[in-house]
Amino acid sequence: MSTRGTGLALIVAGLALVLLLSVSVGARPIPVDRVWDLVWHPDGSDDAIIVHDLRIPRTILGLIVGAALGVGGALMQGLTRNPLADPGLLGVNAGAAAAVVTATALLGVVSPLVYVWFAFLGAAIVSVVVYGVGAAGHSGATPVRLALAGTAVSFALYAYVQGLTLIDRETLDQYRFWQVGALAGHAPALSGQIAPFIALGLLLAFTLGRPLNAIGLGDEAGRALGASPARTRILGAVAITLLCGAATAAVGPIAFIGLTVPHVARAITGPDQRWVLPYCALLAPVMLLGADVVGRVVNRPGELEVGIVSAVIGGPVFIAIVRRRRIAQL
Amino acid sequence: MTVATRTTGVGLALAAALFALLVLSVGTGEISIPPDEVVATLFGGGDRGTSFVIETLRLPRALTGALIGIALGASGAIFQSITRNPLGSPDIVGFVQGASAAAVLEIIVFGGGTFAVAAGAVVGGVGTAVLVYALSARGGAQGYRLVLIGIGVSAMLIAVTDYLLTRSTLEQAQAAQIWITGSLNGRGWEHVRPVAVALAVLLPVTALLIRPLRMLELGDDTARGLGVAVERSRLALVLVAVGLTAVAVASAGPIVFVALAAPQIARRLTHATGPGVACAALMGGVLLLGADVASQRLFGDLQLPVGVMTGVCGGVYLTWLLTREWKRGSG
Repeated sequence: MSTRGTGLALIVAGLALVLLLSVSVGARPIPVDRVWDLVWHPDGSDDAIIVHDLRIPRTILGLIVGAALGVGGALMQGLTRNPLADPGLLGVNAGAAAAVVTATALLGVVSPLVYVWFAFLGAAIVSVVVYGVGAAGHSGATPVRLALAGTAVSFALYAYVQGLTLIDRETLDQYRFWQVGALAGHAPALSGQIAPFIALGLLLAFTLGRPLNAIGLGDEAGRALGASPARTRILGAVAITLLCGAATAAVGPIAFIGLTVPHVARAITGPDQRWVLPYCALLAPVMLLGADVVGRVVNRPGELEVGIVSAVIGGPVFIAIVRRRRIAQL
Repeated sequence: MTVATRTTGVGLALAAALFALLVLSVGTGEISIPPDEVVATLFGGGDRGTSFVIETLRLPRALTGALIGIALGASGAIFQSITRNPLGSPDIVGFVQGASAAAVLEIIVFGGGTFAVAAGAVVGGVGTAVLVYALSARGGAQGYRLVLIGIGVSAMLIAVTDYLLTRSTLEQAQAAQIWITGSLNGRGWEHVRPVAVALAVLLPVTALLIRPLRMLELGDDTARGLGVAVERSRLALVLVAVGLTAVAVASAGPIVFVALAAPQIARRLTHATGPGVACAALMGGVLLLGADVASQRLFGDLQLPVGVMTGVCGGVYLTWLLTREWKRGSG
């Protein structure tokens, strides 16, 4: 069996495992076999309520947010030909953060189900601005330009966020819990709100595998192979905005999933984007839900937010990869 | 006009601008003092009331701002040159994140005072920078690996900071947030002296290292061919740049953007290739002091930290600059 096939089988098995663990592990552990029963036959007991009202919605949220972040990161790295690209790069996190503090401080929005729309809108507007700045002039949006534009815009937005959170205490109080990045404590309806955007983003992303491969050889070679660099970049940017915007809007910024997962995927599959993208869609939820499960275990009966766990685990893994081998080239 | 004369001209203009901002900064406020009296007082004249307002109340803050700006500008120029990356800044070796995490830990968990927080920040920042450098120093610390490992370590430290912010009272979180933003509010002579002493040591060392830095920009092999001890020079440069950043962060917190923008703006003014540390340093002073003057005048009662101003203005300015340049088709 090829490496790609074996890897895929392992990842699918891993995904099944973390899905089960995510429903079973927590402040009140429920044995895996009982979980299986309760999923299909809710009997009205406390365990059934925990499984159906808390753990399953949380797991679904982790599944779709993870897939969105992983594929979004892979797209971003492929488009910018920059192995360091992550959702923070195009200003997505900064845009979402600025919109969240604006909604809370100036408009008095307190419900996450409402400010998720602001966050999404903020992420989308900022992505368009960053792309517009990066695409100014004749030579179009080159990778370095997009990175520079994203950094410049993020700077201004984060300073704005800091200013508002310093003036308004309530906003700081909301913002500090949003920015840490958590899967817990969200309304079950949240997944339903963001799912259509993420589904659309994933579909769009999967159609871009071949053109991404082509422009990965350089714009000239890509054109010769029949791919339009400009069209690919615009569609890619739309997909990234849908995926990362929706994910960040829903659960706050989560470091490392979008940055690390594509590196791991490329180490297994090689640079072919038609493989890298679906791999990321499966591998990222494994990592995100795995981190979430770890966060529930290490600090019993309290929890560590998934954003913290993913950074604390993802950091050393990432550093080890960087030290051990050359990063798989794009 | 040759590049060398242009660079000298820009340097002199920036120095003049810095002095003008200093005069403006100490001359305006609740009590206005005309510029000629300010200059007279600065050089030892002036009546007692004026000299109290200037020398005790306003000058320390302005001087701290100018000196920190100079330190940040110089360190940014060195970092961008070593990493050959226009986005290179002390953050890439995790300095700012390490300093922030340590300072927030000090504020929230240990409830430390100003000195403890500053010391903690320096230890955290330097410790992080050393760790990042050590982790990437395998077969020579390549610029690229340094950046990657810096990102990894930084992300972990940001997570620590975020965690602490969610586990603290709102008052502690506010104090921590002000520190993270970077502020010059309430700076006195006790803040000026350490910065001045540190710069008096570090800036001459920087001047000595300019030649190797220029050679390193040509590539490691070329530099070696020209007789530069590549690894040793790079380590020395990183140490100096980290030292400059440490001084700035200890006295005012991690003020963003100055280290990133000052070298870029200076380079566009001088049209020079090469590192251009001197102009970048002066530009840093102008940026930071200018931002502080502006934020004091614009948001007087809110006492917004200067970091908000440098971030918003700097980000908008950089965006505008990039767009204009790309529209013209250069860069």
